[in-house]
Amino acid sequence: MIVLTGLAATIAGLLLAAWVFRFFGRMSGRPAFRDMGMTSAFGWMLAVFLLFWAVRLYFFVDGAVFFRWAVQGFILFAVMAFLFRLLGRYLGTAATKRLFRAMPLTASFGILTILLYAVVAIFAGSIAPHGQEEIFARVNILPGGNPEFGGDPAFPLGTDQIGRDLLSRLIFGAQNTVGIAFATTLLAFLLGGTLGFLAATLGGWLDQLLSRMVDVLMAIPSLIFALLLMTIASAWAGSEQGLLTLYMIFIIALIDSTRVYRLARAVGGNIVVMDYIEAAKLRGEGMGYLIFREILPNAMAPLLAEFGLRFCFVFLTIASLSFLGVGIQPPLADWGTMVRDLSQFINFAAFSPLTAALPLMAAGAIALLTVAVSFTVDWMLHRSSGLKE
Amino acid sequence: MTQLLKIRGLKIEGRSDEIWMPIVNGIDLDLNKGEVLGLIGESGAGKSTVGLAAMGFTRDGCRISAGSVAFDGVDLVSAPAAVKRAMLGRRIAYVAQSAAASFNPAHRIIDQHTEGPTQHHVMDRAQSQRDAMDLYAKLRLPNPEEIGFRYPHQVSGGQLQRAMTAMAMSCRPDLIVFDEPTTALDVTTQIEVLASIRDIVEQFGTAAIYITHDLAVVAQMADRIKVLLKGDEVEEADTRTMLSAPTQEYTRSLWAVRSFQRPAKPAIPVAAVPSVRVRGISASYGKISVLHDVSFDIHAGRTLAVVGESGSGKSTVARCITGLLPPSDGSIEFDGVSLPADYRRRTKDQLRQAQMIYQMADTALNPRKTIGEIIGRPVEFYGGIRGARKRARVEALLNEIELEPKQYIDRLPSELSGGQKQRVGIARALAAEPKFIICDEVTSALDQLVAEGILKLLARLQDDLGLTYMFITHDLATVRAIADEVVVMKDGRVVEQGGKAGMFQPPHHPYTDLLLSSVPEMDPDWLTRLLAERGNDTIGDGATDKM
Repeated sequence: MIVLTGLAATIAGLLLAAWVFRFFGRMSGRPAFRDMGMTSAFGWMLAVFLLFWAVRLYFFVDGAVFFRWAVQGFILFAVMAFLFRLLGRYLGTAATKRLFRAMPLTASFGILTILLYAVVAIFAGSIAPHGQEEIFARVNILPGGNPEFGGDPAFPLGTDQIGRDLLSRLIFGAQNTVGIAFATTLLAFLLGGTLGFLAATLGGWLDQLLSRMVDVLMAIPSLIFALLLMTIASAWAGSEQGLLTLYMIFIIALIDSTRVYRLARAVGGNIVVMDYIEAAKLRGEGMGYLIFREILPNAMAPLLAEFGLRFCFVFLTIASLSFLGVGIQPPLADWGTMVRDLSQFINFAAFSPLTAALPLMAAGAIALLTVAVSFTVDWMLHRSSGLKE
Repeated sequence: MTQLLKIRGLKIEGRSDEIWMPIVNGIDLDLNKGEVLGLIGESGAGKSTVGLAAMGFTRDGCRISAGSVAFDGVDLVSAPAAVKRAMLGRRIAYVAQSAAASFNPAHRIIDQHTEGPTQHHVMDRAQSQRDAMDLYAKLRLPNPEEIGFRYPHQVSGGQLQRAMTAMAMSCRPDLIVFDEPTTALDVTTQIEVLASIRDIVEQFGTAAIYITHDLAVVAQMADRIKVLLKGDEVEEADTRTMLSAPTQEYTRSLWAVRSFQRPAKPAIPVAAVPSVRVRGISASYGKISVLHDVSFDIHAGRTLAVVGESGSGKSTVARCITGLLPPSDGSIEFDGVSLPADYRRRTKDQLRQAQMIYQMADTALNPRKTIGEIIGRPVEFYGGIRGARKRARVEALLNEIELEPKQYIDRLPSELSGGQKQRVGIARALAAEPKFIICDEVTSALDQLVAEGILKLLARLQDDLGLTYMFITHDLATVRAIADEVVVMKDGRVVEQGGKAGMFQPPHHPYTDLLLSSVPEMDPDWLTRLLAERGNDTIGDGATDKM
C-alpha cells in the first residue's frame, strides 16, 4: 500500500513539475516548447528524476556495489569508445575515416569490444598468466587481488572451487566459446544461405521440398532439439572430446541454418524478380553466377545483420548447452560452464558482493559481447537501409 | 480576386552526406482564389518540393531555410503545429502522384474519405459518406453509391486517382496541390481524370497548384504556368501567352521536344525475309490467357512499335519473344529459323542476337555493380574478351552512348541520373552485339527532354549498326517519332497493324481512334473540344476503365 501511494505521489509530482517546466519554457518563447506535448514534458521530468536517483545511489548508498561497478564500466567503455572513434577519424584511409565520421558511439563501442575479444581469443595462449587446466593449491580466492578481502595478487580475478585461475579461464573461454560460435555461425550461413538462394531462384518443387523440411525442423523447440541431438552425439562420440565439439558445431549449425534459409529465401525472392536478374538469365548465365554475383551482393546487408544476431544466439545456445552439461566439456574453459560451476556463489551477494561476482564475470563477458555485436549490427542495418534510399 | 497564397523568397535545402544542399533557391509564388497554377519542369527542378512547401511541409531530410509561405495571411513556415494541423486537410489538400501508393490498402476507400471531415468537425460520418457519394458522382466514377465501399486494390488506377481527388475535396478546401496526378495513367484514362479534376475545381472555385512535367496536360488545366529549372524560376506567364510566346530559351526547348521525327525509310522489298517473325502466338499466365493469335513481322533495320494501354498484352509479347514465357501456341522465327520457345533451350548465340532494354532502369541495373562491370559482363560472356581489351570495348560503348568513359566507368548506378541509367541499359544491350533489340517502354519513366535524347540515340544507333527494334510503348508521340510500322493491341489481340503513315491517317479501328484522340495536345482548348466532340456521356462511364 505504501509503495503504491509513493508511486502515485511521485507520478503526480512529476506531472506537476512537467507542467511547470513547460509553462516556463513557453514563457521563454523557444519554439521547442511551443509544440511540446504534456507526455514529452513528463518524459523530460522523469529523466531528470531518474538521473538524480542514480546519482544518489552511486554516491550515498553503501550497498549498491554492483550499481557502482556498472556505472564505472559504462563510463569506462564510453570513454574508450569515444577515444577509439577519435583515433579512427584521424588514422587510416579516406574510406575508413569517412566510416568513422558518421559512426555513432554505440557502434564504436561495439566494434572496439569485438576487436578486444578477437585479440584476446587469438592470443589467449600468450595473454593468459596460467593454463586453463592448471590447478593451484589455493581454492576459492575472491577477485580483486586485495589480501584484506580474501584476494591474492597472483590471481587477480581469484580461483574457482578446485583452484584454477579464473582470469586465465576467462581468456581461454573467449577462444573456445567465441571461436566455436563463429565457426558454427559461418557454417549455418553457408548451408542456409546457399539453399535459400537456390530455392528463391529455382522455385518449384525444390523450393517446396526445402521449405517444408525447414518448417519441420523449425517446429521443434531449438534448445530441446539441440539437447536431444547432443545426447545422441555424446553416445556416438564416447570419450572423444574433440569429436563431441565437432558434433555440436554441426548440430547447432543445422538448427540455426533453418533461420538463415528463411531469411535468404525471402531476401532472394525480392531480388530475383528484378529486371537485372531477368537480363542475366536471358544472357544465359549459370546458376552459380546468378546466386553469387548477382543476388548475393544485393542481399549482403540483411545477411550481415542476421549474421551478427545469429552469432549472438549461437553463442548463447552454446553457453546454455554447456550450462546444462552437454556442450563444451571440461577441462576446456567455457563461459557457460563457468557460470554453472560458480553459480552457487550468487547466494552470498547480500553478505559479500565480491563472492557473488565470481559467476557474474563469465556472465558479464557473455552479456558484453552480445550487446557489442547487437550495437554493431544495428549500425550496419541502419547504414545499409540508408544506402538503399 | 483575393490573394490566397503568397510565397516569398522560398529557399529549401536537402541533407545529403551531412551537408545541406540547396534544392529550391528563392521562389516567389502568388495564387488567387479559384485560380489554377501549373508548375512544370524536369525531375529535380524542385516542383514537388515547392508544391509541398505550399502546405508548409517538407519531406524528411529537407528544411525550409528562408522565406515565407503565407496562406490566407498565416505564415505556414513559422506557424505552430496545432495551427497547421487545423489547416491541412481542411483548407489545403494534397493529391499525390500514385494514388495506389497513397491509399491505405487495409481500409475501405470511403472510410479513408470520411476521416478528414470528421477529424476537422466539418461533417459527421453519415453526412460525409453521403457527400462522398455525391463527389464520386460529380467525378463521374461508376456506381458512386457503391464504389467507396471497395478496397483500394479493387478499383482501377484512374478510378483511384479520382477517388483521391474526391478525398481532397471532402472538406471543400481553398487550395489543392496536385502532384503529377495523371503521370502514372494511360492516355485514355488520363483524359477522364483530367476532365473530372477540371470540372470539380471549376465547380467549387478551388484554387489549385498543378504539378506536372507534361506540357500538354498543364495547358489544359492551368490559368497560369510557372516554369522551374534546378530550383530557380525560369519564367511565369498566362497559359496562352506562355504557349504562344515563351520568352526564355529553356522554355522554348521544352516546347520543341515533341517535334523530333525520323524521316521515313524506303519501302520493304517484297521478297525480303523478315528479321523477326511472330506467328500466331497465344500465351497465358496460369489459367488466364493473355495473348490470342498474335502475328507480326519485323524487317531488318526497321522499328516496329507495339501500342496499347496497360493490360493489352504488349509486354507479354516481349516475354514470349525472349522466351521467358513460352507461348502455348504459335512460333517465333529469327531470320527464317524457328527459335525454341523456352529461353533455357536457346543457344548462347540465339540469346545474344535478341537483347532487351527495360522500362525501369533502376531495377534493370544491378545496384551493387559498377557501370564498367555491368557493360563488361556481356562483352566477356559472349565474346570471351577480358582485361585491357574488355575495358577498351566498354569505353568504346560508353562513347557510343555519349557518356564520358573516364568519368562513368567506375560509378555505381545510384550515382547516375535516370536518363544516364537508361543509356547504360542501352550500352549493355549493345555490348552483346545483337541484331534485334526489344525496347520495353524505355522512355516512359523519363522527362520529355531526356526521353527525346534517348530516342535520338536509339535512332542514330539503328542507322549506324543496322539494328532492328521492337518498341513497346503507350505513348503515341514516341510512335510518331521513331516507328516505321505500328501494331495496335487491345486485350491480347492485334486490332490494327501497318505502316506508320497509314496509322495516323483515318480511317482506323475505333480503338486506334480512341488512343489517337486521347493524346493531349498543346492547344489549351483541346480538352474542351475533345469532350464536346465525344459528348460528355462517353467519358467516365467506365467504357475504357478496366476493373
